[in-house]
Amino acid sequence: MASNQLTVIYGERASALKSAEIRGEQLWIDTDEISAISGWVKKPEGFCKGNICVPVPTGRETQFVAGRRANLAALAQLLGQPIVKDDEHRVWSIGESATERKRALTSLEAPDFELPDVNGRMHRRSEYRGKKVLLASWASW
Amino acid sequence: MDLPVWQALFQEMKEQGFLPIAVAFDSAGVSAAKPWIDAANPTYPCLIDQKHLVAELYDMVNVPTAVWIDEQERIVRPSEPAGVTDAFRTMDRTNFSMPPDALGELMAKRQSYQDGLRDWVTNGAKSKFALSPAEVIRRMHTPSDDHVRAAANFRLGEYLAERGEAKSAQQYFAEAKRLRPESWNYKRQAWALEDPLKAGGPEFWASVDALGAGKYYPPIEDL
Repeated sequence: MASNQLTVIYGERASALKSAEIRGEQLWIDTDEISAISGWVKKPEGFCKGNICVPVPTGRETQFVAGRRANLAALAQLLGQPIVKDDEHRVWSIGESATERKRALTSLEAPDFELPDVNGRMHRRSEYRGKKVLLASWASW
Repeated sequence: MDLPVWQALFQEMKEQGFLPIAVAFDSAGVSAAKPWIDAANPTYPCLIDQKHLVAELYDMVNVPTAVWIDEQERIVRPSEPAGVTDAFRTMDRTNFSMPPDALGELMAKRQSYQDGLRDWVTNGAKSKFALSPAEVIRRMHTPSDDHVRAAANFRLGEYLAERGEAKSAQQYFAEAKRLRPESWNYKRQAWALEDPLKAGGPEFWASVDALGAGKYYPPIEDL
């Protein structure tokens, strides 16, 4: 891994970032890259995803935004997302907020996902709408 | 392994719109899961979930667990053991034989689970096994801060393990296990990455024994 490169695991994906800069516990990244990895877009009214906007707390603007960069760690904290990082390998893992998980689960809408079969063909769960699905887990171990 | 069981039920009920989707929680990916899939030769989707994403999305803490999803993509039964019991705990650990009564209880549980599935496929929302929304929610675990932090740790460990950093990965697996001790998926996957035999080895049995009167597979009330 290049010394300036940093990996962020966000949702289903791990992304190698070139613009990331770590300052203590803070993680400053170009807002374009933040949008690409997280879906949160910096707008005048705050950080927005779909039709949800989260305003930056008044008086704390400089902790969140500086020019075309934003602090992904502060945003994650604001959203209640856990952050786990490995300094040696420069990997940050940003999880989902418990509130969001609870909302998603208790909506009773089956979450969608996309996974490969053994031949590498991708399947989305939602392709099978209209069936009575038994979603069954197993493992080789 | 249940892949052949789901295949038989699929053959039996596919004309009625029944579809199993099997998901393998295997950080080692295709190489680990493929022999089992080849042996079962399923004609329903058999997917590989290296990152245990489905476990997180559907709150599955063990295998085999299953969720029932209706035609409108609504969850009608949340994550629960899929027709299994704690019978394996009575196994003779040298020759893997089970006392007849424990084996009988396991077979009966399998049967009643499959009969429940048949009832749901035939009767849909009218089936007593298709739970009301309130009952589905009552049976779910509420995700806590510890759960989501455990998942973030597990994801980081899995990322490092995949890149050959097995030793660094173990500390994050350890933290995931500490934060979510009820997840056998975290425990057994971490063991399996250290040594494929470890997930069913002495560490596994010691953890099962530590349950005491607690259950490895929580019994389902109605199935």
